[in-house]
Amino acid sequence: MEPMGKISPSTLSKSDLPWQILWNKEACTLCGRCTAVCPVRAIELGVHRKRVVQTVIGLTEKPGNVFTVYHGVDQRTDPAHACIGCGMCDLVCPNAAIRPIRSTDVDKLRFHVNQGGMPRRRGGRRNDPRSVLDEIKFIRISMLTDPALDAGRHDFELRTLLGRILPAEDLAKTLSENGWIPPVREIYPLIIGGMSFGALSPNMWEGLQMGVAYLNEEKGMPVRICTGEGGCPPRLLRSRFLKYVILQIASGYFGWDEIIHALPEMREDPCAIEIKYGQGAKPGDGGLLMWYKVNSLIAAIRGVPQGISLPSPPTHQTLYSIEESVAKMIQSMAMAWGFRVPVYPKISATSTTLAVLNNLTRNPYASGLAIDGEDGGTGAAYNVSMNHMGHPIASNIRDAYLNLVKIGKQNEIPLFAGGGIGKNGNLAANAAALIMLGASGVQIGKYIMQAAAGCLGSEADRCNICNIGLCPKGITSQDARLYRRLDPEQVAERVVDVYLSFDQELKKIMAPLGRSTSLPIGMSDALGIADGDAAARLQIRHVL
Amino acid sequence: MCRLFAITSKEPLSPMAAIHALNVMKEGHDGSGVGLLLTDLGGSFERFKGAPILSGIFSNEGIRALDRYMLDLDFMVKYKLSIRPAKTPPPGTPKRDNYLVRVYDYPPDWQSLSKEELEYRLMLTRLKLRQMGEQDGSMIVFSFWPDVIMLKEVGDPLALADYLGLDNEEFKARIILAQGRQNTNYAIDIYACHPFFIQGYSTMTNGENTAFVTIREYLASRNYAGYMGYQSDSEVFTHILHFAQQKLGMGLDMYKHLLTPLKEEELQRHPQGERLRAVKRTCRPLIIDGPNCVIGCLPDRTLFMVQDSKKLRPGIVGGASGMFAFSSEMCGLDAAIPDRNKSEDFQPMKYDTVMVPPNRQEVVRWNQWER
Repeated sequence: MEPMGKISPSTLSKSDLPWQILWNKEACTLCGRCTAVCPVRAIELGVHRKRVVQTVIGLTEKPGNVFTVYHGVDQRTDPAHACIGCGMCDLVCPNAAIRPIRSTDVDKLRFHVNQGGMPRRRGGRRNDPRSVLDEIKFIRISMLTDPALDAGRHDFELRTLLGRILPAEDLAKTLSENGWIPPVREIYPLIIGGMSFGALSPNMWEGLQMGVAYLNEEKGMPVRICTGEGGCPPRLLRSRFLKYVILQIASGYFGWDEIIHALPEMREDPCAIEIKYGQGAKPGDGGLLMWYKVNSLIAAIRGVPQGISLPSPPTHQTLYSIEESVAKMIQSMAMAWGFRVPVYPKISATSTTLAVLNNLTRNPYASGLAIDGEDGGTGAAYNVSMNHMGHPIASNIRDAYLNLVKIGKQNEIPLFAGGGIGKNGNLAANAAALIMLGASGVQIGKYIMQAAAGCLGSEADRCNICNIGLCPKGITSQDARLYRRLDPEQVAERVVDVYLSFDQELKKIMAPLGRSTSLPIGMSDALGIADGDAAARLQIRHVL
Repeated sequence: MCRLFAITSKEPLSPMAAIHALNVMKEGHDGSGVGLLLTDLGGSFERFKGAPILSGIFSNEGIRALDRYMLDLDFMVKYKLSIRPAKTPPPGTPKRDNYLVRVYDYPPDWQSLSKEELEYRLMLTRLKLRQMGEQDGSMIVFSFWPDVIMLKEVGDPLALADYLGLDNEEFKARIILAQGRQNTNYAIDIYACHPFFIQGYSTMTNGENTAFVTIREYLASRNYAGYMGYQSDSEVFTHILHFAQQKLGMGLDMYKHLLTPLKEEELQRHPQGERLRAVKRTCRPLIIDGPNCVIGCLPDRTLFMVQDSKKLRPGIVGGASGMFAFSSEMCGLDAAIPDRNKSEDFQPMKYDTVMVPPNRQEVVRWNQWER
């Protein structure tokens, strides 16, 4: 006799999946919204046959069966259609009849997400919710011997410098000789880090840009946003808003043909140029925009054909050695804007960071160093890179800062930290901790997607499908049917909300420490942590 | 919060003038230390104007080590005043063998040195002696500089002055800086006692400097031997002053701009905005974050006072031609110069710098908008 169905090695039951769909037949109206909205088609219309035994009282009639059919929802179990836990079904259901439930057991799906020999790729960040930044406390509270300040009434200087700062000892000579003073931008210490046009939907990009423009022009907050590696829309390049933008150049050079051609028509200089040598989510790997997202608009801006995957090389093609190639690249970019624009590299946090930093200290055109830790997010990367590659940001930024202190250049090359800041919602506390460990400012990406656009991704591996263009919130999709769910005006409003509340929280941290007149960069005496090893490693106080 | 008092007078004064002023401000210090700096000396030391004077506390063994070391360098003692207190010290004051003030003659081979090199070597000698004494506590060295005497000890100012016999004709000076210490952050350490001194620059401060650690890191990374110590968070104020004038070639007018630079919005309206912005950026690690009132003395014997940008600490200057005093509280000023025109007293606010130049004719004041 033939079996009713075949079982293959990758045949999974619903219990084997990380997420199970809980569906309530009684409440369901069969409206079909859940199956329509599911980004991975994990659920579909189910037609179920049901047998009901009917027994009649008395002995005259024999018991019988009635076969009925009812309609409902079925959860698919093949790896390609496994539920991702995004919860959009729950969001759209009028009767709260359906939602995904996380399995309490370790799923078996993880062993089968490499069908066809292709390792899992995804978006998001390292699937680990722990954060050493969350454990850092601010312990130096001004009590009686010096008065704590009033976060609501005192003046606070919450700006930082992006750019190469001359050594104090050289300033008088430079001023008297009318020498070149490297360009320096006075900016807000919370930067929206590089998320490309392509990785993000047009509506998301527009919303972020509008929010940033509003913060600058209406709120007087010099907030800056980095383009990521995907170029910049031509109209923005030629607008006055370019001054709020950090243009990123990365190993794929996507979009730079457009940028170079726009140079003569630029009304404003960009804030800065970020040369991306690495990122925290996939250290040592290049950018990746998968074919799903390369539509005609993206193809035009990036100068590539439509519908092909765009993996950037792991390193710049011109990179031969840091001594000359990186120096040349920094100099070339500086020269393109007449040495009026700061140019700085961005690297993945690594145990070799100090070698890079030491080199930059000897290059007078290097305007800073951005370091992206292992918890940085991405639109697309191999799962193994995200989960296992990279260096935590806290000790890396601390080492870099203390190294600068050692050579007396802590004020000359600003360090910017990224990767996992606010991953558990503690944005201001994480940012302040990194600043007091030595960062001049911080870069965020994932946080702003979560807070300003409602990104559903989490470090418990929820959603995380930014790579395939099916973002259910329209944040990382290039499909107009999806991204029209996102209203750019509302994203801009949320960006403003995030910054205003961050500003208030940062003051609430600084004021009790007795700090207001300058950003407390490197104020490590304010920090404490209960983990003795972490305290020793970060050279902060061990508190219990 | 410590109490500060400084006085500059045409006629040499006994340090008791400052001690009495501290005494009326007694509510504000707890006997955890008193510090005195005397310069523009009168009394017995007037005749040794150019010769370096070593001030410190030495054990008997420390004096022997000092003699050996100085002899090796070919320094010769020209005059000495050793206070060897016999009585029981006042409560809280440790028993010391010797409070020492010695005038030296330069080694013959130093005579040909440039002024800069000479001053550098004087500082290195002080640091070396301090380091030698730190191992066993046998030498505590406060200053080694021409025309400067310093004295620091734990205890109540008036009781100490009596114990050490400061009411002595030998001790007279035209400029006196004095601090009665209110110990706050750190364990009682004699080196934490103000005023602080480096190469003729001296300051004392009340209040805490919450940006201390980063300023210390910056100064210590300037690769200059004198920027060390920091037993008190206030020592950085002296070193910032020295750094500004000696390393950056700035005048006193820039000291306030370093400690509390104007905000960006203010710089945009300032006639010197561009230059001040460049200074603010390159000297960013020197920005203090008060509350602090700083009183100091320059090598040319200018006395000055500045406040932090929040102006959370008191400070007043007043007097008349020939004698002016700076005090952290008005009662201290009243005690020292009761017969002055009080309507001309001045309390510097967050933008102000006040100073009395070496001629002691008037109080000169300006704010950050003017210079």
